This record gives sequence, structure tokens and C-alpha cells, in this order.
Amino acid sequence: MEAALQERQDSIHRTGEAPFAMDCNKDSLAGAVSQRACVFCGSRVVLYPIADALHLVHGPIGCAVYTWDIRGALSSGPELHRLSFSTDMQEIDVIFGGEKKLYNALIELIDRHAPKAAFVYSTCIVGIIGDDMQAVCRRVSEEKGIPVLPVQSEGFKGNKREGYKAACNAMRQLVGMGDTSGISKYSLNILGDFNLAGEIWLIREYFTRMGVEVVANITGDGRVGDIQRAHGAALNVVQCSGSTMDLARMMEEDYGIPSLRVSYFGVEDMAESLYAVAAFFKDEEMMRRTRELVKEELSLLMPELMRYRQALAGKRAAIYVGGAFKAFSLVKAFRTIGMQVVMVGSQTGTPEDYAELAEITDPGTIIVDDSNPLELSSFLQEKEVDIFVGGVKERPIAYKLGVAFCDHNHERKEMLAGFTGMLNFAREVYGSVMSPVWRFVPRKSEIVQEESSHD
Amino acid sequence: MTKMPPQYVSTTNACKLCKPLGASLAFRGVEGAVPFLHGSQGCATYMRRYIISHFNEPIDIASSSLGEKNAVYGGGANLKLGLKNVSEKYHPALIGIATTCLTETIGDDVKMLLFQYRQEFMQDGGPLLLQVSTPSYSGTHMEGFHAAVRALVEQLTAEAEANGTVNILPGFLSAADLRSLKEILVDCGLIATVLPDFSETLDGPALRDYPLIPKGGTKISDIRSMSGAKATVEFGYTLPDPLSGGKYLEKTYGVPLQRLGMPVGIRETGRFFEVLSRLSGKPIPEKYAMARGRLVDSLVDGHKYVFGKRAVVYGEEDLVIGLTSFLAEIGVQPVLCASGGTSGGFVKAIEKAVEGFAVEMPRIHEGMDFHEIGELAAELKPDFFLGHSKGYALARGLSIPLIRVGFPIHDRVGGQRLLHIGYHGAQQLFDLIANAMVMAKQDSSEVGYSYM
Repeated sequence: MEAALQERQDSIHRTGEAPFAMDCNKDSLAGAVSQRACVFCGSRVVLYPIADALHLVHGPIGCAVYTWDIRGALSSGPELHRLSFSTDMQEIDVIFGGEKKLYNALIELIDRHAPKAAFVYSTCIVGIIGDDMQAVCRRVSEEKGIPVLPVQSEGFKGNKREGYKAACNAMRQLVGMGDTSGISKYSLNILGDFNLAGEIWLIREYFTRMGVEVVANITGDGRVGDIQRAHGAALNVVQCSGSTMDLARMMEEDYGIPSLRVSYFGVEDMAESLYAVAAFFKDEEMMRRTRELVKEELSLLMPELMRYRQALAGKRAAIYVGGAFKAFSLVKAFRTIGMQVVMVGSQTGTPEDYAELAEITDPGTIIVDDSNPLELSSFLQEKEVDIFVGGVKERPIAYKLGVAFCDHNHERKEMLAGFTGMLNFAREVYGSVMSPVWRFVPRKSEIVQEESSHD
Repeated sequence: MTKMPPQYVSTTNACKLCKPLGASLAFRGVEGAVPFLHGSQGCATYMRRYIISHFNEPIDIASSSLGEKNAVYGGGANLKLGLKNVSEKYHPALIGIATTCLTETIGDDVKMLLFQYRQEFMQDGGPLLLQVSTPSYSGTHMEGFHAAVRALVEQLTAEAEANGTVNILPGFLSAADLRSLKEILVDCGLIATVLPDFSETLDGPALRDYPLIPKGGTKISDIRSMSGAKATVEFGYTLPDPLSGGKYLEKTYGVPLQRLGMPVGIRETGRFFEVLSRLSGKPIPEKYAMARGRLVDSLVDGHKYVFGKRAVVYGEEDLVIGLTSFLAEIGVQPVLCASGGTSGGFVKAIEKAVEGFAVEMPRIHEGMDFHEIGELAAELKPDFFLGHSKGYALARGLSIPLIRVGFPIHDRVGGQRLLHIGYHGAQQLFDLIANAMVMAKQDSSEVGYSYM
């Protein structure tokens, strides 16, 4: 049986089998069991790691409780982001409006936690009943003397990308508020790294070794004060472009700060990103230090990586992630360990993203936008995939079918960025693909039985 | 005794989930059913993630994926398209449609929309369409769960011949609990309909092919004939009558209803077996008399390790009531019983559960969040927490063990395999609690005895 609905056919492409075209970046199809979340999710993902801000979800309890401490975004100091704050709207608030409750909740929580700023997320229902969040936020901001920023993240107002934009709009109001004196001319902001398992600390260390000052982490291990002075940096480096490219554009518009798209996943992209930064600053000495850094890191990494490569060469991988930019890096990272990517998709890719994926993948590779369990499981089977890379929602699809899995989403606790991260990635892939448990699952046990009957 | 804690306006780390999640779980326990949320795409996806992280099983929850235009002009067209697509791809026997706060607030008339859908698309048949109203601004996931069960019973049953079966409406149990429950019923010689039953649909074997809809679940034909059963046994003291499937069957078809607590611990399990014995006309099977005997024997063996230990118990109201009853039986002092639910019956039921057992009355609080639980726990000096994994941070802060029970278990494997009910469940709980206390003492001891 065909796994994809007729309306979904144009969102599935096979590299080399037809001229490239991809229907994407639109609302999910009703009833298709999309793996996507909503606008609120997009905003929450981006702002979540700002650790000294209060994140208050204005709405009924669900939206807050499903996003309580679910991400591996670490903080080196305050951990306010790990708490789940909600106005827990009740029927009476829906009928008479939730502004008063929102005001009281904000005052109560700001008094209790003394945050450096507060983000207030609107949810579906707030958009419908028309609470004036802007007015409440303005009032509380005046009374409490901290920025209180409404995030217009009503779930139904588009897909996750709209949520990214709402988050960037909120942060735009913070940037420019701080003092920028003393910032080096060799300085940058890190955009689109969320410090999962401490990754941003590693990346910061690379930049420090190169002689570049990091002004603000946006948003991994993020601080309100740093973001407020982010306009003092000479450059924005943007990873996970879907989520924070909007902010980079805004900062270019407002302050003339240029930006570079980077990726810290895989040795190739990691090294290229560092070189691009060094090239931007046009400093020979910095370039020399960068070359040395890359050489040093690679020499530490390569011997072990090659051992994994030997074991994994020729195995087939499938990728389904939130943003397409991460997918590019993963395609290359798998190549580094000798594996072949046979399927790659994302929740929020743009036509340009998918065109690039078609460019870098082998003929026959399935490329898919906004997929769902039935399609994904059929791809895994059709391509006889050895490992699937995705997030929590993709994991049971792989496991149910007896396919190995690597978690590359925000819930993960393993550091997968940077040179060290590449090794962790290979280790994780190896640890799942090589497990003996697959011999017992129905998919493989028949093969094993056949093989043993030949002996 | 039940001194009121400070009344906060804001909620921090809620001890409850939202209504449509409960409804989705209940629908997942019906054979051939697909849960469907009428609302934003995010609701379905968030709940899937939450449920997957506990059960480690796929759960496909469809969504009408409303966009901005639908929110303004009504979600009818998307609802219908969604139903059409789910029918085409999943070939379900039943689609369980639960509303969300969005669609309740914009005022979609789901009943009418389904009527239209049947006229437009179902002339040649199609799945049963069931609907339940689950706005998450009133009640918790438990109200959503019960409402879905009630909707299944209301919308599927019809007048039926007396069939000598027994209806069991167990509420929200684990997959292991449901398997154990069914085994008990078979052993007692009863033919029973357990609704819902996700013991297989949310805890199934490794497969060669991805199941469109996993095997298992309560058969629709069995639900239809619940009206002809000789009795309904429904677990839960806090279940309000309007959400009770048992009440509906009693009122509409005259099926006698026996309301019991969740059978956790000795007394509640005993009550359950008494009822089963009365219904079957046979004595309690030897297997369970032995299990009870072994349980009591183990309680004697281990009583000193747990006596006087102070426990904070939290979670869904009826689970907390059952657990508290068991703690009281083994000499543990429950010091705080808390739930995010606000059924109104929690306090009384706990008081009754510990009557004659607990040395002092625990603090009992409805509508609590983990911030409030944490504040009280800091004063109450508990020895352990008993509840789902979301209490971990608090227990860790107090350097005391968290004994994991209920839903969700997001930081351990095997949440779906935890057994809470019956004598076997009480045995597992006792071993867990006693060993946690022994381990806490052993780990904090300078000597490090390797012998109890």
C-alpha cells in the first residue's frame, strides 16, 4: 500500500529521479499525523535556554506542562528556564478574560524569582479571547523595572517557523539595551546553538583559542544582560538558521552587523565554520591559530573515528530532523564515517534547503518535508535503513521496526557538536548499530535464521 | 490537619496534564481506534511526545491542524479533511475525536460537523466517529480520560440481551496493571469487558512492519453489549457521576454499579476480590489467596524497615488514594498527599483510607503544583517521595529517594511495566519501598554493612 496521501506526494522527492521540486513550508495537512508541533513550540524552543529570564506561558496548563524541563539546554549559572510557569487558565478566565490573572501571576513570579527579564508566551486561546498581553507586559515592565516581553506564539498562527520569528521579535526588543563598551573588534554572537549537553561551552572555547570574544550566546546558556549588549559584536554566527536567522537579519538592519551561516556538526562543517570566522576578521595570526586548532583537534579525533568508520562503512542512515540545516551537516557527518544517507527530511525546510539537499545526496535518496509515522516507517523499510536519526517522536518508529536510532534533538544529553561531538556522534551511532539486540527483532531474526541454516 | 497552603495565582511545575491527553490514552485502548484532536497541530504532537517518553511505543494521534483562517472562520473543513485522511490511511474502526481549548473557544459544533461529514462522506460506510468535549481549561487529564470512557459507553452501547458478563472501568492504570487485571478476571472465571485496555496497544512486541493501528484494545462489539452485563465495577472514589460510564450504564440500562477504589494495597484488593467472588459465585482462587499470604508474610519480614517512615505522595487523585491506603497499611506515615486534580472528593477519600491506621492525619491538598508540594515537603521532613518522575527534582533537592509509580515515568525504562494493583502489585510496591529505605540507610552509613 502507498504510505503517503495523494496531497503529500509533492512533498516527497527522490534525488535524481525527476527535476527538483518540493512542496514545503506550509501548514500541515489535517489528519496526516505530522511530526511538527506549533507556533508556540517554535518560540519556546528558541527562548527556552535563556536561563535568567522568567518564561511564563499564558494559557491552560497543557502548553506549559508539556515543555517542562524537557530539553538538555544547560546553564552555567541560574536555572530559571528549567521551571514551568503557567497562568493555568480556567473556564472563568476564558469567559471574563485572563489579563488580571496574567498581571498577578507576573508580579508574583517576578517578586519570587527576581528574573532579569520575563517572556510571556501567548497560546491559542489567548489569541481567541483577545487578552491585551502587550498592555499587561508594558505595565508590569514599568512597575518592576525589567523588560517584560510578549511572545506572540498562538499555536494556530502558522507552523514552527512563525514561532521562531515571534521569538526573534521578542529578542529584538532586548538587543540594544546594554552597554557595549570594552567589546573587542574581534567579537561575535553565537546564534542558534542551545547548549545541549554543554555544546556552546565547547564552541566558545574554540573561539577563545582563535582570539575571538563571544559577546552573547543566543540562546544556549543565554543571559539577558549579554543579549542586551549583543549589538556591540562585530559579527553574528548563525547555526540552526531556521530559528535565529530572523534575528540576525534584524540586527543587520538595526545595527549593520553582518552574519555568517555556520554549523558545528561534523568535522567538515565545524572546521569550515571556524575558518569562515577567521577569514571574516581578515587577521593572518587568527587564521594561523585556527589552522592549528583544527589540526590539533583532528589529530586527537581521527584515530578513533577511523576505527568506527571501519565498522560502520557501507551502513545506511535515514535522517528526519526539525531544521534542514542540521540535515546538511548530518549528511556530511555520515560520509565521514563511511555511511550512506538514503533518506533525509525535515519539519521546516524551505525550497532552497531541499534543493541543497538534493544537490548533496546520492541518486535515489528520499527527500521529504513535514513527514509522518506512516511515511517514515515505509521509507525505513524500503531503504533497509540501519540507523535512523531524529527526535523522541521518531524513536519508537525506528525501534518498533527493529532499526537502530540516534537522538539528535533538543532532548538529548550527549554532546554532538564540535570536534569532540563528532566523536560522540560516531560512538552513539556505533553503539546503536552494532548492538546484538537487532539479531532478535523480527526484521533481522529471519535473516539470522536463514544464515544459520546455511552453515 | 489540612491547613490551607498559601494560594498562589501562578502555577509552577504543574502536577497534572491537560484533558485531551487523557482522552487520547483512553481512545488508544479501543480496538481499531485512532485518537484525533480537533485543534492546533501542536497539541497532538506534544502529547505524543509525552506519551511516547513513558511507554516507548509509537502513538499516532491525528490532528485537524487548524491554522489562522480556521480559527477565525471555524475548523469544520479541516476536521472533515482530517477525518477523511485518517480514514484513508489508517482504515480505523473508530476515530475518537477530542476537542481542545482552541476549538471549544471558537465554538465549533463538532456534533453537527460530524453529522454533516457522515452525510457527505460516509454514505458507503466508514469508521465510527466518537466525540468528546475536552477543553483543557477545566479539569485535568483524568477528567479527559473519564470523559472519553463515558463517551464510548454513551455513544456505542444500545439495549442488549443480558449476557452474563461483567464491565470493568478501571480508570488510568499501567499496561502491566491491565494485563494483571485481565488475568485476575480470567482466573476468577468471569467474562469481562475492560474499558479501556491499552495493555497491548501501548506495550506491544517488536514487529516487522509498522502497525497502522496496533493490535489489541477493547473490542467495539464488547463495548456495545456492556448494556447487557450483569454488573459494572468502576475504580475511583473521586470520579464524578457525570463522567462515570458506570453511572450511565446503571441509569440507562439498569446495570448495577459497584464503585471501588483503585485496588492498591491489601484492603482495596480484598474488596475487589470480594466483589469478584460475589459476581462469579466462586471463592477467591487459591493463586490469589497464596499471593495475599506471601504478601502478608513479606510485610512481616520487612515491617521494621518502613515503619514510621514519612512519605510525600502525589499524582492523580485516585492513584494517590490507593497508594496512601497501602502506605497506611504497612506503617508508613503519609505526611502529604497532593494532587493537581480538583475533583472535590480527594480529602474525604484519603481521610477514610488512613482511618484507624495512620498515627497522624496527613496534609491533604487538591489543586497543588510542585512548587507548593516542595514548600510543604521542606517542612514535613519526608523520608521518601512516592509518585511519577516529575517529582525527581524535589526529591533530589531533599536528598531523599523518589520511588517511581504511575505516569509519567520519563527518566527510567519500564514505566509501562510497573505493577500497582492487586496482591502482586502491592508486593512489588512493598519491595520497592522497603529496599529504598534499606538502601538509603546503607548508602548513608559509614560502615557500609553488606548484611541486613
